[in-house]
Amino acid sequence: MGKTMVEKILAKQTGIENLKIGDVVEPKVGLAMSHENGSLVVNQFYEIYKELDMEARVWDPSKIALIFDHRVPAESKKTATNQAKIRAFVKEQGIDKFHDIRGDEGGICHQILPENGYVHPGEVVVGTDSHTTTHGALGAFAFGIGATEMAAVWALGKILNVEVPPTIKVVVTGELKPYVYAKDIILHLIGKISAEGGNFRVLEFHGDTIRNMSTSGRLTISNMSVEAGATAGIVPPDAETVRYLREEAGYTGEIDMIAPDEDAVYERIVEIDASSLEPQIAAPHTVDNVKDISELEGLAVQQAVVGSCTNGRIEDIKDCADIVRGKKVSRDTRLLVFPASYKIYHEALDLGYITDIVKAGGVVMNPGCGPCLGVHQGALGDGERAIATTNRNFQGRMGNPNSEVYLSSAAVAAASALTGVITNPQKGAN
Amino acid sequence: MAKVQYKFADDISTDIIYPGRYMATVLPTETPEFAFADIPELNKTLREESQNQQMLVVGGKNFGCGSSREQAASALKGHELIVVARDFARIFIQNAINLGLRTVICPNIEAEVDHDLEVTESKVINKTTGKEFDIIPLPPARQAIVDAGGLIPYTRKKLLEQA
Repeated sequence: MGKTMVEKILAKQTGIENLKIGDVVEPKVGLAMSHENGSLVVNQFYEIYKELDMEARVWDPSKIALIFDHRVPAESKKTATNQAKIRAFVKEQGIDKFHDIRGDEGGICHQILPENGYVHPGEVVVGTDSHTTTHGALGAFAFGIGATEMAAVWALGKILNVEVPPTIKVVVTGELKPYVYAKDIILHLIGKISAEGGNFRVLEFHGDTIRNMSTSGRLTISNMSVEAGATAGIVPPDAETVRYLREEAGYTGEIDMIAPDEDAVYERIVEIDASSLEPQIAAPHTVDNVKDISELEGLAVQQAVVGSCTNGRIEDIKDCADIVRGKKVSRDTRLLVFPASYKIYHEALDLGYITDIVKAGGVVMNPGCGPCLGVHQGALGDGERAIATTNRNFQGRMGNPNSEVYLSSAAVAAASALTGVITNPQKGAN
Repeated sequence: MAKVQYKFADDISTDIIYPGRYMATVLPTETPEFAFADIPELNKTLREESQNQQMLVVGGKNFGCGSSREQAASALKGHELIVVARDFARIFIQNAINLGLRTVICPNIEAEVDHDLEVTESKVINKTTGKEFDIIPLPPARQAIVDAGGLIPYTRKKLLEQA
């Protein structure tokens, strides 16, 4: 019987060929990533060894990545102390995939991993962050786990008690209309299968729209797969994956072109006609409350946010700059832009996008999670509404339970920033 | 037996269980203070009453969706809360099991605030209405961690086996 991507990857990383759905396995981990919550992982890691007569050493320091992004620079003494604890641990254990708060190599973990070539097809990647699904875009089985579970991975080099999940095949075909993007495809899919439609399942992406899509777009789609509840969202690797890893990520190692079998068995198949999509928006307060933009046009927004691990890549910053260039952000709204990494920030500087955005009245913030999780930048006031390229619109997500977050592409957020109301960029934003 | 303190809708996210602004607080001794911080009356009840009586809440489908933050589980564990829900999101229930938070999967549960529930191995009994609802047992992979007393002892066992 043919195997899906996740079945292929788990067979490779366990050495067990005949796995069935529901089997419990302990696959080898190719990369284990944490951000500031790594401080809790450090605590739990030492806790494991407390009652053992063994030295507390991670299984392989080259396979652990620690990246500061959630609260950068630190917003409180508590965060600063947590970050200091991680710096000490990184030195003690000899971990070199460490990205501190720096303007040369910092950024959001889900951008840092791909752009530095840390993730490769056929690997199991775990992260103490639910959006670890992002890395499925490079053909890995990548999923979020908790801090205690990560401590066990640091100790053992494998992830315990993984059940082989069933897979939903998602086939996306057709050419996208202008101002319709990968973000609109994944929002549409989440609306279609619901916020729990992928629970305990893997989404595997196929079809000519995906094949013709850049890795940037694929990262957006895999990133938000978790918003359908999916354990992972995997794109089988192809020529674009190799181009990205070699040319953009500078990866020189071996690339396993692992692929699902022709006769792989899927739990169900979901088909999407990308050519029929108009810009999509997820309305409050669940990500599956997805509507065509025509249902929401004209709704006043006090904040427009472009950035995050979902849509903070150079293409998104370009879309924003192209729309606001030479114009002015509405006096009734604020435009906040935060590139996903400093590598992207540098490119946006070189291409003049940062100048375009700032001169239009936008505020460019440092790479990091920023307003997306409402911790220390860009919180909303009572009764305010935001249009954002981020990934969650849960009540309270942008720092205030008495506010609303609408999710969209960068082009919709930028066009809305100019008018102060939700605006379809297809209608002559330029 | 425990009284239902609160009844939730479907898709309760970890932002509701443990708001992002408290994420710099990581210690399991400190997180319980912020459990359901944006539902002040529930937060207050837990802080004031959980030492004195068994606390229980009823959730809908997909309880604990969203962020992987383990604080969402440790905050509730600190109150020894029982969460009975129609079903749970993957990372949340995994964290709950790893930390020993009691999560009960009960797809047909019918209960309102102030109803008295008894949770047995296989059933939730609503003493107020007299109705009984079956529990879906944990998959064996998850049960193995519970049986070991949580993930930390389970990992110790694995390390010793490897050594």
